[in-house]
Amino acid sequence: METKKDSIIDQLTQKPWDPAQVKIDNSHEGKTFNLHVGKLGLRYLMIVSTIMFCLFIVTYGDRMIYDDWVKMPEPFLLWINTFILFVSSIIFIRIQIASKKNQFKKAKRDLILVGFLALIFLIGQFLVWQNMVDKGYYVYGSPANAYFYLFTALHGLHLLGGLVYWVMTIRKVWNINNINIRKAKHTIELCSIYWHFLLAVWIVLFGLMLFT
Amino acid sequence: MAADSYEDVVKNKESIPALEVAPQDLYHAKSFWTKYIFCQDAKVIGIQYGLTAVAIGLVGLVSSWLMRMQIAFPGFIPMDAAQYYQLVTMHGMIMVVYLLTALFLGGFGNYLIPLMVGARDMVFPYVNMVSFWVFFLAVIILASSYFVPGGPTGAGWTLYPPQAITSGTPGGDGLGIVLMLVSLAVFVIGFTMGGLNYVITVLQARTRGMTLMRLPLTVWGIFTATVLALFAFPALFVAGIMMTLDNMLGTSFFMPAIIQFGEKLTHEGGSPILFQHLFWFFGHPEVYIVALPAFGIVSDLISVHARKNIFGYRMMVWAIVIIGGLSFVVWAHHMYVAGMNPWFGFFFATTTLIIAVPTAIKVYNWVLTLWRGNIKLTLPMLFSIAFIITFVNGGLTGLFLGNVAVDVPLSDTYFVVAHFHMVMGIAPVLVILGSVYHWFPLITGRFLNERLGKIHFWVTFIGSYSIYFPMHYLGFMGVTRRYFEVFEGEAFTYSITGINQFITVAALVTGAAQFLFIYNIIVSSKFGKKAGKNPWKACSLEWRTKDVPPTHGNFDKELPVVYRWAYDYSVPGADEDYITQDTPPSAVANARAEQT
Repeated sequence: METKKDSIIDQLTQKPWDPAQVKIDNSHEGKTFNLHVGKLGLRYLMIVSTIMFCLFIVTYGDRMIYDDWVKMPEPFLLWINTFILFVSSIIFIRIQIASKKNQFKKAKRDLILVGFLALIFLIGQFLVWQNMVDKGYYVYGSPANAYFYLFTALHGLHLLGGLVYWVMTIRKVWNINNINIRKAKHTIELCSIYWHFLLAVWIVLFGLMLFT
Repeated sequence: MAADSYEDVVKNKESIPALEVAPQDLYHAKSFWTKYIFCQDAKVIGIQYGLTAVAIGLVGLVSSWLMRMQIAFPGFIPMDAAQYYQLVTMHGMIMVVYLLTALFLGGFGNYLIPLMVGARDMVFPYVNMVSFWVFFLAVIILASSYFVPGGPTGAGWTLYPPQAITSGTPGGDGLGIVLMLVSLAVFVIGFTMGGLNYVITVLQARTRGMTLMRLPLTVWGIFTATVLALFAFPALFVAGIMMTLDNMLGTSFFMPAIIQFGEKLTHEGGSPILFQHLFWFFGHPEVYIVALPAFGIVSDLISVHARKNIFGYRMMVWAIVIIGGLSFVVWAHHMYVAGMNPWFGFFFATTTLIIAVPTAIKVYNWVLTLWRGNIKLTLPMLFSIAFIITFVNGGLTGLFLGNVAVDVPLSDTYFVVAHFHMVMGIAPVLVILGSVYHWFPLITGRFLNERLGKIHFWVTFIGSYSIYFPMHYLGFMGVTRRYFEVFEGEAFTYSITGINQFITVAALVTGAAQFLFIYNIIVSSKFGKKAGKNPWKACSLEWRTKDVPPTHGNFDKELPVVYRWAYDYSVPGADEDYITQDTPPSAVANARAEQT
């Protein structure tokens, strides 16, 4: 059974030498948070990733105040790609619901659909790049161009990483049995959280490029 | 509510429920490859990290020898200015990132965290294994830059643009700088994987009874340093990626409009200062990424070898955390000479000086731990005392340099070289050496030879001071750092060249002593005196393993249950002068732990 944990501040202000505290500490089960290590690990990676994107955004803010900043056009295809990512996230919610209800056939079908949509998104982003290059918006043309290619490439790489985890998820769901059912559900949950995270990152980046 | 007496607690806790930490699925190696090469056991990974870091660290050491030879005896070793700057750059980057960071976090972190928190292994052993091999790849990429046309980058370890990626700078228009940037990016990726393990293992895989406030300070130091790295390394990654794009694709993130050899480059409008901000947003916490594990480890060494509980444990933990937090708001003190709004200078000088408060708390607590302790002058203790002295010296000159008005005239002199080598070079290295003497009996089951160790200690300690103490004087005299040649003349007098020669001889001797240390390790691992279990009579869990050296899975069938902190030394009423963390109260019923 999960027990309620003290906050980090509470834990850091304990007096380990106090006999009353000794009594409590001796039955401490050793965990800091009521969280599975996988979920905490994913949070760790998302924090690192968020810090990285935040730093890029800070440099973006610093760079855009100079005179040579020329805004880039946003092709309509970017909106379509954003919609695809949004739909993927919605489907992942469906997958999670199906997984909770043990409807793995449905989850399997939707997982394949999500993978397909991710590939479409990546191809779509590539087409946007091609479109931009054709119009003469080269990476070295202006700092706004450079950030556009940088942001889309980094986000795309994150999605590729997500696809590796997606393959692992598919494999677990494909070979589902009574033994690995909990692991499969857990993997689906993590994959789903990551996809929502990628959508959130993309919306921030896209919004930034759209309005500046 | 009145606290129960210790005796009541003992009575009520005769039967602590059996272990509830879920057994971990350990990967059991079946072949040589999976046991020693692509191994998932954190202890083996720790040793792999350690050996790789030391191997590349020796390249850094030899680089420093060559640099010193050039400064003291120009022409003795044929070298041009470009090669000198390549040596400077590689020495700096290797020592800070690939030796110290990798050794403290990858080496000691991997070996000690699972053992000290009472876990069988890291929580993600496979990722941990990949982490080492990614680090190894980063080292190979870095080392390969020695063999490309133009050689490695000579931009200085700070890699400031625009000069880092323009021709005229060694490696600036070749592959040297590219390989450096790629290697750093790969290092950050590898470290993120390792850091994932260190953080989550400490947070979630501790054994029963091991609360956060019962963790040995070694674990606190490594844990907090990893959290700092989690925030700081992305800045290096971001700076590295953007500079690579400036270099390879002609973007202008950091590159301003520039004319090179009469020809205007395509870059325009970039901000070199922006790079400096990113670099130092990584660079300053990096100092503490190296220092905090040293702080933690030295606390444990002092406590064990003075047979006394650490003074002010909670303050020590909080000081580590506060120093970690403050380290993120001081970065621009590295950039005073780049010019900034005086109010920023005031802000960063103030925050820098505030760091002295938690740091001083730590120093006082180490000294107070030694006060009236049963001090054994073992090698780990000697190195620990040397660390305290060195850290205080280096820290005090930091107070000088933290002030804008003092920093500006001293910034480009040997005073700065002396300061940062004392505080983040020699001081952490002394801790590393002390901790190798301390934990070698655990890793190999044998002691290191003490006679060789004593020689090693005294040569290293006196040698380091011979190198860096005179450098402060050189700095005050205005001797500039980064100069390829220092001639006698109006600017530099005979005394200065004499001091430089003295420093070089000291550096050669001190460096040579490290080879004696390596010899000691090799010979003692085979023929050293057998240590047996827990030879230092320490309280922490790493000494409570079933086998020495600890085998796969670390502990016996059941994980140890923890009943106390890691510092119950010389407890009044106890039969022995130490009570291990897993000793139940019933076994030491007469001990009055709350009085220690």
